[in-house]
Amino acid sequence: MSTETVPPGRGAAGLRAFLHGLPGVDRVGADERAARLATRSIKTTAKAQAIDLAIAMVDLTTLEGADTPGKVRALCAKAARPDPEDRSVPPVAAVCVYSDLVGVAVEALDGTGIGVASVATAFPSGRAPLAAKLADVRAAVAAGAAEIDMVIDRGAFLAGDYATVDAEIRAVREACGDAHLKVILETGELVTYDNVRRASWLAMDAGADFIKTSTGKVSPAATLPVTLVMLEAVRDYRAATGRTVGVKPAGGIRTTKDALKYLVLVNETAGPDWLTPDLFRLGASSLLNDLLMQRRKLTTGVYSGPDHFTLD
Amino acid sequence: MDLFAYAPAPESRDVVDIRPSYGLFVDGAFTDGGGEPFKTVEPATGEALAEVASADAADVDRAVAAARRAYETVWGPMSGRDRAKYLFRIARILQERSRELAVLESIDNGKPIRESRDVDLPLVAAHFFYHAGWADKLGHAGFGADPRPLGVAAQVIPWNFPLLMLAWKIAPALACGNTVVLKPAETTPLTALAFADVCRQADLPPGVVNIITGAGETGRLLVAHDGVDKVAFTGSTDVGREIARTVAGTRRRLTLELGGKAANIVFDDAPLDQAVEGVVNGIFFNQGHVCCAGSRLLVQETVADEFLERLKARMATLRVGDPLDKNTDVGAINSAAQLARIADLAEAGEREGAERWSPPCDLPGRGYWFAPTLFTGVAQSHRIAREEIFGPVLSALTFRTPQEAVEKANNTPYGLSAGVWSEKGSRTLWVAERLRAGVVWANTFNKFDPAAPFGGYKESGHGREGGRHGLEAYLDI
Repeated sequence: MSTETVPPGRGAAGLRAFLHGLPGVDRVGADERAARLATRSIKTTAKAQAIDLAIAMVDLTTLEGADTPGKVRALCAKAARPDPEDRSVPPVAAVCVYSDLVGVAVEALDGTGIGVASVATAFPSGRAPLAAKLADVRAAVAAGAAEIDMVIDRGAFLAGDYATVDAEIRAVREACGDAHLKVILETGELVTYDNVRRASWLAMDAGADFIKTSTGKVSPAATLPVTLVMLEAVRDYRAATGRTVGVKPAGGIRTTKDALKYLVLVNETAGPDWLTPDLFRLGASSLLNDLLMQRRKLTTGVYSGPDHFTLD
Repeated sequence: MDLFAYAPAPESRDVVDIRPSYGLFVDGAFTDGGGEPFKTVEPATGEALAEVASADAADVDRAVAAARRAYETVWGPMSGRDRAKYLFRIARILQERSRELAVLESIDNGKPIRESRDVDLPLVAAHFFYHAGWADKLGHAGFGADPRPLGVAAQVIPWNFPLLMLAWKIAPALACGNTVVLKPAETTPLTALAFADVCRQADLPPGVVNIITGAGETGRLLVAHDGVDKVAFTGSTDVGREIARTVAGTRRRLTLELGGKAANIVFDDAPLDQAVEGVVNGIFFNQGHVCCAGSRLLVQETVADEFLERLKARMATLRVGDPLDKNTDVGAINSAAQLARIADLAEAGEREGAERWSPPCDLPGRGYWFAPTLFTGVAQSHRIAREEIFGPVLSALTFRTPQEAVEKANNTPYGLSAGVWSEKGSRTLWVAERLRAGVVWANTFNKFDPAAPFGGYKESGHGREGGRHGLEAYLDI
């Protein structure tokens, strides 16, 4: 599709010219497209398939000031076996915690194959000196995090200082080593879809493995149209460069119905190639239990109340 | 693709009850017709749904007489406020029965249930609500203190939006104090006949709305009838011409909403993803059976290749099939005759040298189907760039400058609608000012609202429907 890429050795002005040269996003049209896709009716076999896919895509998350090792261990147990009564339920993709609790999660998940993701870079605000952010990242990686969820400097982005955002992502990328890098755009603070598209390209060009909508600490968090714009970005980026970047909507996705809408969006925007936990994640906590409830309803025909699923 | 294949999600047919045969609705009752009955066919299967009565000259006389009587004794003398009560009641019943009517429309017409449910039916109810609001405020519409109705309106509507076109015709006519005799298209009479039932449910006085079914001959008898004061027609330009000849020199007022060959103009600074979506919506909405369809894509040469590539990728995701499946995007072609016409024009496109492309798609084995089709390398002189295809066929042309875009867009005998895609407001306004089309959409397409007048320039017809302007066609001013 789009054949343009950021010209090498472009400098701050070139980067700015490139980002502002991306096609605009018409808000009304993007909202309409997302709303129309949300009317897709996913039933029976398709629903069963989609629920298992969604479970396998969950980044089970706890990001509270009150998080304790006990809480994290409980979450890890849930991640490995989401429904203790049904072994056919797949494990989730990853457990997402603050960097100081990475060690606890790594130990609890040892041997399960589930990765530990850590938010870093002065999450959620990102307001700290670069050195502190990098130290945060290195500590998480050293403790065994397989994935780093960084936040971009929204202040710099909104001030038009794209070079600073770019340099910071590249520095974090470097500090990640072998760990996967998810770049959180915090779209609720970028506000316009044009900004979302520009930030997506900026992050992808700077080396993101995933672009992620939100921290979950700002409202609105993930929305369908924002995710649509990001899915268009990864689709176009692959067409232009050959590199495939993943997408992670996070925050506010609570029901199976919501999750299915996101999967439809992926299927019909970026395409079925992205329908894998390697390229699409759902950042959530309460979503998992709703997926489990709907799954059991579908397999047994009976709706079990919330008390039949563990609260962790 | 099998990673996430949507399972069939059919809307239930149980909500509709299609009778084996239908009569004419005249003077508040269903009666037999004098003509030879005909069958209405389900486009998705090609099978007959029901037998429908055909009105002959005597039936048309009866219907017009009933409408005249109702006009003179009940509806004409009634206060606007009381007329409004009936219209509000009809609007509410339409909303309550919207699921049933949407399913019936999709069965008889072939359009996807997503559209009949999310577009047709909500707009049908909206038209009645909107015009109910006007009924007691006609003195404030700008046509004098107390504008009078015309009398009996003869209305002939097409098969592409059967119930919606009925609403566009009947709602303003009744709001202004006229009574009507309406003839639905012969391939799609069922929702009009269901509407007759809605009128009875609303206790509308007998004769205010009469629905007569039949083929072209019935329509001819109706528009030529001496007893009518107003003729309103939506359909092909050829039939419109014939009606204009019939009505010329008589006291009957005439409004026509005819064909179109709308241009969707995409500038290189357009929001490309939304423009692709708008172009797709512009031509594949309702299988392209839309008089204002954006059937000509005019794309600026600087982005043409990229845009067409995106368009093809998007077209490949269109789901063609069972109209009642909730995930269907493109349904069945309305009739065998229309399918033949589309196929004929598409072949002409190939013969004349345009490049034809369709995404791979499995069309059902029975019924009438046509794959979404894109022609590139189209020249203004090709038939597919000049003639209304009225099917899911898009002709793509390119342009270099805004002047050339306007020139090409206007270079058609039609002038119903147009679309402009650009992020630059000044350019959009410059282009819109110069387009000779009744509706110009900016960064969107196929948006309808009862408050917005709709109608054509040139051979797309005359008169407006909807909004304050639409009232004029039904008032004696």
